[in-house]
Amino acid sequence: MLRFLIRRALGAFVIIFLLVALTFFAFHSSGNNPAQMNCPKGCTPQLLAQITHNMHLDRSLGQQFWDYITGLFVGQDMGTVGHCAAPCLGYSYAGQAFVWDRIAANYPATFVLAVGGAICFLSIGVGLGMISAWKQGSLLDRVSSSISLVGQSTQIFFIGPLAMALFVYNLKWLDRPEYVPITQDPWGCFMGMILPWLVMSVIFWSNYTRQVRSLMLEQLSEDHIRAARAKGMSNRYVWWRYALRGAMAPIITIFGIDLGAVFSGAIITEVTFSIHGLGFLAVKSVNQADLYLELGVLLFSSAAILLFNIIVDAAYALLDPRVRLG
Amino acid sequence: MSTLTQSESATAPQAGAAFLSVRDLQVRFRTEDGIVKAVNNLTFDLEKGKTLGIVGESGSGKSVSNLAVMGLHNPRNTTIEGSINLDGQDLLAASQKDMEKLRGNKMAMIFQDALAALSPYYTIGRQIAEPFMKHTGASKREARARAIEMLRRVGIPQPQTRVDDFPHQFSGGMRQRAMIAMALVCDPDLLIADEPTTALDVTVQAQIVDLLKDLQQESGTSIIFITHDLGVIREIADDVLVMYAGRAVERGTMREVLKRSQHPYGWGLLSSIPRINASVDVPLEPIPGTPPSLLNPPAGCAFNPRCAYKELVTGDRCTTERPPLAMANGHLSACHLTPAQKQSILTEQILPRLSS
Repeated sequence: MLRFLIRRALGAFVIIFLLVALTFFAFHSSGNNPAQMNCPKGCTPQLLAQITHNMHLDRSLGQQFWDYITGLFVGQDMGTVGHCAAPCLGYSYAGQAFVWDRIAANYPATFVLAVGGAICFLSIGVGLGMISAWKQGSLLDRVSSSISLVGQSTQIFFIGPLAMALFVYNLKWLDRPEYVPITQDPWGCFMGMILPWLVMSVIFWSNYTRQVRSLMLEQLSEDHIRAARAKGMSNRYVWWRYALRGAMAPIITIFGIDLGAVFSGAIITEVTFSIHGLGFLAVKSVNQADLYLELGVLLFSSAAILLFNIIVDAAYALLDPRVRLG
Repeated sequence: MSTLTQSESATAPQAGAAFLSVRDLQVRFRTEDGIVKAVNNLTFDLEKGKTLGIVGESGSGKSVSNLAVMGLHNPRNTTIEGSINLDGQDLLAASQKDMEKLRGNKMAMIFQDALAALSPYYTIGRQIAEPFMKHTGASKREARARAIEMLRRVGIPQPQTRVDDFPHQFSGGMRQRAMIAMALVCDPDLLIADEPTTALDVTVQAQIVDLLKDLQQESGTSIIFITHDLGVIREIADDVLVMYAGRAVERGTMREVLKRSQHPYGWGLLSSIPRINASVDVPLEPIPGTPPSLLNPPAGCAFNPRCAYKELVTGDRCTTERPPLAMANGHLSACHLTPAQKQSILTEQILPRLSS
């Protein structure tokens, strides 16, 4: 297990490095002049030269890349903006702040959104799927299947404003969603995030409902379920201990992938509800051609996805004795 | 139908004498295509400590009738009629809870594919211990000791360590042994073995059959052995029931049915067995055609579209009238041929072919 984890972690580092390198060089081959974009109104050649120098754009590309990579581990001196401590993610000229600080300011919102949303979509999705499988063919089953279908075919930027119009502006049950730091005001944080959580989970939960339903029905038709009943085990026991156990592994896989997605910044949800998280930063950095902010967001989101991938694989081995890590 | 029931009850052994008695069992499945009449008017008895072999092609109702005995059909799409009596208890009238108490305890079942029938997620030991804890109230430790003992009884080497293995770590034969251990852990009085040897190679088949015979001698279990392998039947069965299209077409002692079959289907089965001492130039004779659809079984005798002796029956009785299961030359068979005709076909055509 330990060897597996170490190997996968090393692999993840390589992938992240390649991603960063690709983004870095793709950015510089796009023909943008970042100095020009950061030059305020009434830009003079002197000012432009000064900015170019500050941004190290007068150095060779290789040198700039080397500076960035070493900065990650040992920090970097950035001239007029001061020393950037390791892990240095560079300086965001558009935002006039270190990238690390900007991400640190925005990540809690993404984290809270991800955790709450994941709890919602997992519990609602799996719960509905279990009930649908249990009461197969019932009205409830058909209703939940239809809702799932709608959920799968809709978009957050459609139901988000719709839900806001209904619950915030029409019924006035909730205030406008916003992220209040959880350490400051847990209840306010909960009330501010409940709508984004639920709206985000609609997109995800339908997948779980359909998967859990079909996996449970598939499991229940397996020979070992019949054999367990032939041993005199009760229906309930067989249902929970045998069928659900078998249905769990694929669900964990989907859950891991979804977790990677939401922890790396739920861009559409964050933009729809103006929650200033990682996804929000990602959109901003691209719009402003803010290279180092882009790279920083990329580092974080790819690390989240890779981390959950490794966790899924490890969990698989723990869940299924037939799987061997190697 | 009425003639059938009459002759059935006239020839059936006295109810109450048998440990398991099945009377006029009907199993119907509702499917999207219509109602499948999987088992029709099936009647048989099994005495304590005896073995009944049930033979037939796939889809002949062998497994379905025994799953009905175990109460393992989905009540949502299945209707079961008739009566199933186990040691004086009416199983069709028993509640779900009562059936749970009987299953794995008084009656147990082993399945064809042991790898599929054992859950991949739990150790062999746990799966054997589970029913023991449930039915006897034993503690975890006692149940584990019992599981080890059972593994030893079915001939698993080093049971103390193998008890913690998962099914995928066992070989095919060992898995089948483990499943037998699982079924026998509560010393059931009735063991239903649903093609337990079909998925195994021949040497392992013989070991499993021997094991079942030994265990039966030790504990006096009654066994229903479902198979399509007549060679295995010869080894283990006291009585044989031949099923075709959900009905019993022949029933009698093993010697009677295997040596002096009185039914064209039985003759077909016997002719299709490969024999080690037969001349290699003589091809096996398969039964022509395929088993009928149970959604829409042929009128009259269900075997008539495949029967080679239909012309010998006067009139069109084979296609219009279902033959009753009646005594002919020593045991029960369901065929319109007269006993004399059957006897002459058997002695003049079938037996010489078998010994050639």
